[in-house]
Amino acid sequence: MKRVLEGSQAVAEAVRLARVQVVSAYPITPQTHIVEFLSEYCSSGTMNARFLRVESEHSCMAALIGAQSAGVRTFTATSGQGLALMHELLHWASGARLPIVMAEVNRAFAPGWNIWVDQTDSLAQRDTGWIQLYCEDSQEVLDTTLQAYRLAESVALPVMVVLDAFFLSHTYEPVDVPEPEEADRFLPPYEARFQLDTAAPCSFGPLVPPSVYMEMRHDIARAMETALSNFSGMEGEFAAIFGRRYGTVEAIRCDDAEIVFVTSGTITSTARSVLENLRGRGEKPGILKIRLFRPFPVEAVRNALKGAKKVAVIDRNFSFGASGIFAQEVRAALCNAVGHPPVFGFVAGIGGRDVTPEVLEEIYWKTKNSAVPERESVWIGLQEVSHGT
Amino acid sequence: MLEIRFHGRGGQGTVVATILMSKAFFRAGFQVQSFPFFGVERRGAPVEAYLRLDRQKILLRTNVYTPDHVVVLDKTLLAGIDVTRGLKSGGSVLINSPTPPADAEAFSKFRLAWVDASRIALNNQIGSRTHPIVNTSMMGAVARVLGMPPLDDVIAAIRDEVPGDAERNVTAAREAYEAVQFAEAVKPAA
Repeated sequence: MKRVLEGSQAVAEAVRLARVQVVSAYPITPQTHIVEFLSEYCSSGTMNARFLRVESEHSCMAALIGAQSAGVRTFTATSGQGLALMHELLHWASGARLPIVMAEVNRAFAPGWNIWVDQTDSLAQRDTGWIQLYCEDSQEVLDTTLQAYRLAESVALPVMVVLDAFFLSHTYEPVDVPEPEEADRFLPPYEARFQLDTAAPCSFGPLVPPSVYMEMRHDIARAMETALSNFSGMEGEFAAIFGRRYGTVEAIRCDDAEIVFVTSGTITSTARSVLENLRGRGEKPGILKIRLFRPFPVEAVRNALKGAKKVAVIDRNFSFGASGIFAQEVRAALCNAVGHPPVFGFVAGIGGRDVTPEVLEEIYWKTKNSAVPERESVWIGLQEVSHGT
Repeated sequence: MLEIRFHGRGGQGTVVATILMSKAFFRAGFQVQSFPFFGVERRGAPVEAYLRLDRQKILLRTNVYTPDHVVVLDKTLLAGIDVTRGLKSGGSVLINSPTPPADAEAFSKFRLAWVDASRIALNNQIGSRTHPIVNTSMMGAVARVLGMPPLDDVIAAIRDEVPGDAERNVTAAREAYEAVQFAEAVKPAA
């Protein structure tokens, strides 16, 4: 049944439906509402789960590594600095092949102190071995969180479900919340492939010499490839029950598009309305929404962009000294494809600045009116700043 | 699509009023999106919250800059804040006040309406005597000024969501719906 929910509650409802057994969290704006809902569900008995309050995000992930190693389904949520503090243990979770699921509400890094949306926090974790999925609306947040457990447990890797601060986490909109029986059909109980068990003692985390370590890492690389090749089948099963599917990417009117926006998060939604508006004026934009970022869906990106004259990647993030991070990934995906279109990179919406239809139109016209891309990303909407003398 | 901006002070239930109105409009068949001003909140400080309504899925994921209507839960805000900022010509301004604002000419381009929601909340013992919670009264008044959603949907949203004694809030919403006054020559929407 559809209910008007906050995006944070859409996450919490999915965690309830996934019958998660251990939740651990440390509060940080804008993630807080997610764990407040879960704390209530755990204390009221709505969820039969243990809620562990911890003294830091580092301890939070450590607690989940312990719990998941004991063979139970786990969840946490964090943002910005909190995610950064977890960094060491993110590598541990994936290296130990633990299918932990985490909601990550994108928040800008300090200083300057800023609680608003910016993807640099999650993208800075791109090499930690976590699967990453970016969400466009609250329905997708709920659905993606449920899918995350299937995906994680099928390849024994952790999954990060990423959502925009405020534009998703604090926004109310109608969401179809599945019945528990439907969710159970999609997501059977978790069965660990290996776990701490006093009846069958074994050792985790011993010294691994060069003769074996490389193969362990290669196994993770293969698991990422499996996650990509299994994705469509997993979504097919989801669609059979719930009637919704999203894809690793979504190509929106790319078939005849001259300029294709590449977007992620809620910017995609605003871009959909801009697309209709521009089409109404005889322009030919398309949108490539990237939902799965790790593993990066190279073939799907190449396919969607093969007919475009130009590509305009919009990044709400930045890698200093390089460029917007989605732009880097799209360029890398295309560089060995014969006759690929030029990739224009734009940085917009940093630190929660609004990405309005006007901003997106400016990006469209800048791309249309430029013959070749600049070497780095172009920053949109910058104000004149005097640095004194 | 319609965009409505709510002004209040932290602690008056402004954000809750916006969320409950979104639920009432959803009951009435609208697609809705509501959210607070994205910042930090302090008791007594000015607060803004927003509501979008449409018959189709709402795609815009941006702040609200040019609202169609404005609702003011605390008349003392008029001294410090331009509540009509960006308001479209002909839009409604509903103010919690026993009387029309002193500078009613400042609202000449808009449909001006007021209701003594503080008195109604006090009479129904909602909140405390010094800090009446006016949000549910204002919800009834909004339904009158906009001509939607049906009052029954507002009441159902209040009954679903208000903890404790929802009926006092229902009564307040009904009373405020009846008590709205409009500046001359302007009638409520049909």
